Order: sequence, then C-alpha cells, then structure tokens
Amino acid sequence: MTTTAVAGTAAGRKPATMAQALTRAMRDAMAADPAVHVMGEDVGQLGGVFRITQGLAEEFGEDRCADTPLAEAGILGTAVGMAMYGLRPVVEMQFDAFGYPAFEQLVSHVSRMRNRTRGATPMPLTIRVPYGGGIGGVEHHGDSSEAYYMATPGLHVVTPGTVADAYGLLRAAIASDDPVVFMEPKRLYWSKAGWDPERPEEVPGIGRAVVRRPGTTATLVTYGPSVPVCLEAAEAAREEGWDLEVVDLRSLVPFDEETVTASVRRTGRAVVVHESPGFAGPGGEIAARIGERCFHHLEAPVLRVAGLDIPYPPPMLEKHHLPGVDRVLDAVSRLQWEAEWTEGG
Amino acid sequence: MTVLEQPGRAYHPAPPPAWKPRTEAAPLLPDPEPYRVLGTSAAEKADAGLLRELYGALVTGRRYNEQATTLTKQGRLAVYPSTTGQEACQVAAARALRPQDWLFPSYRDTLAAVARGLDPVQALTLLRGDWHTGYDPAEHRIAPLCTPLATQLPHAVGLARAARLKGDDVVALAMVGDGGTSEGDFHEALNFAAVWRAPVVFLVQNNGFAISVPLAKQTAAPSLAHKAVGYGMPGRLVDGNDAVAAYEVLTEAVEQARGGGGPTLVEAVTYRMDAHTNADDATRYRTDSEVEPWRGHDPIALLEAELTGRGLLDEAGAAAARAAAEEVAAGMRERLHADAELDPMDLFAYVYTEPTQQLRAQESMLRAELEADFQAEEEDAR
Ligand SMILES: Cc1ncc(C[n+]2csc(CCOP(=O)(O)OP(=O)(O)O)c2C)c(N)n1
Repeated sequence: MTTTAVAGTAAGRKPATMAQALTRAMRDAMAADPAVHVMGEDVGQLGGVFRITQGLAEEFGEDRCADTPLAEAGILGTAVGMAMYGLRPVVEMQFDAFGYPAFEQLVSHVSRMRNRTRGATPMPLTIRVPYGGGIGGVEHHGDSSEAYYMATPGLHVVTPGTVADAYGLLRAAIASDDPVVFMEPKRLYWSKAGWDPERPEEVPGIGRAVVRRPGTTATLVTYGPSVPVCLEAAEAAREEGWDLEVVDLRSLVPFDEETVTASVRRTGRAVVVHESPGFAGPGGEIAARIGERCFHHLEAPVLRVAGLDIPYPPPMLEKHHLPGVDRVLDAVSRLQWEAEWTEGG
Repeated sequence: MTVLEQPGRAYHPAPPPAWKPRTEAAPLLPDPEPYRVLGTSAAEKADAGLLRELYGALVTGRRYNEQATTLTKQGRLAVYPSTTGQEACQVAAARALRPQDWLFPSYRDTLAAVARGLDPVQALTLLRGDWHTGYDPAEHRIAPLCTPLATQLPHAVGLARAARLKGDDVVALAMVGDGGTSEGDFHEALNFAAVWRAPVVFLVQNNGFAISVPLAKQTAAPSLAHKAVGYGMPGRLVDGNDAVAAYEVLTEAVEQARGGGGPTLVEAVTYRMDAHTNADDATRYRTDSEVEPWRGHDPIALLEAELTGRGLLDEAGAAAARAAAEEVAAGMRERLHADAELDPMDLFAYVYTEPTQQLRAQESMLRAELEADFQAEEEDAR
C-alpha cells in the first residue's frame, strides 16, 4: 500500500481548511511534476468559484492552470487527448450537476480507455467534482452524483471527510495512472476537521477506509459530507449508552471490504449513512456486501440512512432531505430494538 | 516524394461533379457593426408609443434588479444574477413575442419573464429557494428558468417544431449567455433548428463574461452572430443596450420564424454591470476602468435622451415611470420579507404521478418527524 506524506513542515504551514488542503495538493503536485495540468471553467484568474485553484495560474502560468471555454464535454474530452499524450490533467467540473454534459466522455472513453487498449493507453486524469448539499444552493447545485460514477467500471471514486484526507487523497489521485473521480464535499470546504497532531501525517493511497472512532455497539459506515454527521451522532449516542464505531470509507471504488467487514464483525450491527438518494444508491451495494460477508455476525439487518428518493430539493427544504444526527440515531435505536426483541425471545 | 510523384499509373483525376449549396445562399453574415437605432436618424421613425412603453419597462426593470440585489444582501433570496445594464435585452425579448409564443429563459433572465407578464415574486421562486419553478410554464408560456447552461435551447427547438407540426403559429425565443454558446447543446440546437427550419429565435446576450472568463477566451469567432452562418441561418448583431434596436431585430426575427422563414441567431452586445452573482468578486477579473465606459452607454440613459430630445418625456413623465417602478419594488419587498410558506410534504408530491412505495414510506417518516418536532415545540411553550 502506497502512502502519501502530507506536506507539513517543509513546504510551509499546514492548510487549515479542506479548501486550502485541496489547493495545496494541486500546487505540490504541479511543482513536483510538470506533466500535471489543471483546467476548467474559471479556474485561472478567478481561482475557481470555490477558490480551490487560487494562485495556481499565477505560480505556474495560464498554460498549466487554464481557463477553458464553458463546455464540460469539451473539457473532459480534451483532457483525454492530453492524457494520451502523457500529461496528467486535473479537471474541475464546477458543480456536481454540471458534470452531466461530460458523461459521454466519462463513460465511453475515460473509464474504458485502458481496457479497450489492453493496457496500452492509461488515463492518468483526475476529475474534481464539488458535490452534495447543505450550502443553500439553488437547483442543480446540490446533487450527490457518486452512484453514477460508482456504477461505471474503470473509474476510481474517492471522497475526503477530513482536511488531511483531502490533501492526501488528491495527491494520490493525481499520482494515479487510472482516472479518479474526486468528489469534494462542498459543505466541508470550510471545515477544519482532521489535522490530528497525535496521528502520523500520512494518508494511505486510494482504496483504504479508516476507523474514525472505535466503538462496540454498532458500526456507522459513511463517507464525505456524512462523516462529521456520524461522528456527532456517535457523541450524542453516548447518552443512550451506545458506543458507536464510525468507519470513513474515503474511497468508494475501490471499496475497502476488509476494514468494513472487520468492524461489522466486531460490532454485529451496521448502518450505512450517505446523502445521495438511498434507492439504488451507494448504500445498497455496501449493505449487500456486508450481508454477504458478515451474515453470521449480524444481530440485526443492515440499515441505510440516506437522502430521500427525490430530485435534490430547493434550499429552504433541504434540511428535510439531508440525513442528520436524529435519523442516524433513530436507525441505531431500531438496531437495538431488534436486538432486545431477539434476546427477549 | 509526393503522392503524385510515385511510380505507377499517371494520376489524371476527373473534375469533381458540380458543387451546389444545399439551400440558396441567403445573406447570412451579420452586419459588421451592431445594429443601432437610438442616437441615429432611424430613431425618428420609431413609434412614440413604443418608445414610451419600452422606457417604462426599462425603468421598472432597473428597479427590479436593484430590489432583488438588496433582497439577496438581506438573505431573502439565496442568490440573484443581476441584469443591471442588460435590461434592454430582457425587455425586448419579452416584447417581441405574442401571447401564443414561448420564452425559454436562462437562469439570468428573470426580468424577461417579468416583462412578459409574470408575477415578480413567482419569477424569483428558484432564486429565493422555496421551489425550483414558481409558475406553470404552459400558462405563461415561459419555460422554467434554466440553470444548466444551453440545455434549454434544444427544448425550444423541439417545442417550436411540435407547434408547427400541429399547425400553430407559435414561435419560441430562447435566451443564452455568451459562455453558453460553447456548450455542445448550443451547437446541436442550432443545427436542428436550421435543418428543420423550426420557428425559433436564439438570443445570445453577450455581456462580456461567463463568470470570470472574457469572451476572447470563450471563442475565436469574430462575433457570436457569425456562428449562425455555419448552420445555415442568418446571424444578426445588435446593440443590446439599445432597446429599440433590440426590439426591432428580435421582432423581425420572430415574425420571419412565424412566417416559415426559419431560425435566426441574434447576438446582443451588452455588458454585465454587476458581479456574476452576490457570491462573485468581479474585481478579481476586471478593473473599474473596463466597466466605466459602459456606464456612459446605459440602456435607460440612451432611451431617455431620445425621448427628451423628441419632446416625448418631461420630468413628470419620468417621475411617473419611477413611481410605477417603485410600486413594483415595494410589492416585492413586502411579499419577500414575509417568510415563504412551505409544506415539506411537497417534497414527495411531484416526483411521480403516483408515488412509489418507497416514497410513501419516506413520506410517513417525515410526517412523524414533523409531528414530533411540533409536539416538542408545544411542550417547550407550556
Ligand atoms: C452546464 C453548466 N456548466 C456550468 C455552469 C455554472 N455556471 C453558471 S453561470 C456560468 C457562466 C455563464 O456565462 P454566460 O453563458 O456568459 O451567461 P451570463 O452569466 O453571462 O449571463 C457558469 C459557468 C452551469 N450553470 N451549467
């Protein structure tokens, strides 16, 4: 397993927020490898609408951090050609729902170029997708599109839940010779969680989940924007006498079955928590895998707490859609009830 | 050695068959300069009633933009993409249409919808955040304000074709920004429209920027109107701050489409005076000295000069226009300062004609949550 050292001392101060960590990851990757090119809508002088590419055009020039015409299929399609010629493009899809025009390129070419050329043509490109809700965005600014990407073989899909992971995973994504859809939970852009001075500053490469909080009563399996929600739920659950374990997947594809399985076998109960709609969503796959691998260890069915099965709602109603602490705790209590009922005969 | 120098049989190609264009070449190229009326001798021919009407709409439009911007600062709207400086395009687009026609606005074109007669608050529903569309498109013949760029353009073409197939004399006018012209959907829509000779008018408001990206980085074409030629439709270039010119060009294009003359691409050259939205910092990509010259080419001032020059507007007339605008703004303030009335159960009401089993279950869950919240509040109150 390759690990990515998190830049700290050598290159200056540690980034404080997730947004800064992402910027820093691109900056360090560009400094280390001239093949790394950033491009997208407004990424140059403006530094992107979320300012994630801020300063890159100044430091590396507008050829290496390029504003493109406003055309997502064009951005991803030209990135394919650039990758065929040995560059490592890092492209930004401005918002989750604006990546949809690029689906043709993603599904028909990016994801299968290596496969169709028997390995001759790798696709070392990173597709950054700010995703998810909770920031009061209007229509088309809150989608969680990870299930579509996960359903496309050939793509890696990763998403950080902490500042340190944002840095490490993005470095790993850019270094990967396979295409990586890098899902950025936009409501965590300003979050400062995740630089734990007690922990070694290393983030495993793509494909490793992490136990964010050990526990014994049940496992919450989650990722991205729902990581802080689950940690909060775990804190609140202590009042009920429940000790919840929180597993942050970090990487949806590849999926770290070992870490998840080990955790659920220990606790015997699992709830999968994510923001995207539950029906045919990521949680269905995860729950099925847990069922397959942990059946004899389970005390209760694997439950899912997800966004509602509706088009992403307008900002004034999004709080009813997003899975929050109460829905997570409610699911955990249903697991407990099942347990009592079983034990009580 | 070139191909022709290769040993072997001498190559004597036959001349190609005669080439002829698919359709008679109409004058498709746009004028070299944006078409203008105000400030030229052509303005004298413009109808006094029309000038006054456009003026009233512009003054109201400016006030509408200011009020919506203020409401955004007060947190009453989630976001507002202002059209200050672009009011002439907005008003002209709406006025060029007859009641049976359809408008396909982009997310920035709230004012065009209002100028077409939509309730100002309903037009802001998307931007306020209480729902995605605040009106019935068929009732008003205004498609939902469209956020994904250029995706409304093929819809306009399809609707126009459907209307023609049904024998209705309906025209669709679709609006898009300069940045949106780079999207694949723009290309596909124009191509379909031209091939079908669909009764559509495409209005590109070239306001200089797509968020931070200036037009020169968006296209290498001499003008956006030039793009029309390659599709086989006429391109017209017009001064988008000249309400009369924009109205004339659009009206002509609409009537040509209605008469079976096919689509037109109109590029209105204008400028976005405000930032992209309240979330944008325009100083990062443009200087005051760039914005300044456009202040001298303000759509309201241009029309006002014409009206006063012709003795069609006096201080009382101007005051009356301002009062009418103020009334609209006051109505917006009053209604938008009140909290939106929302029913969370609406989340499930319109996903399908018949809700799925899963949605019904989620509906019950949310209802129970809301009831529990309500009861907790009651307890607290006691
Ligand atoms: C398909 C798509 N990609 C990206 C965006 C994000 N976005 C919103 S507005 C905008 C700029 C639009 O510029 P332009 O088309 O010139 O219209 P204007 O804002 O100037 O009216 C961008 C990139 C979007 N809405 N849709």
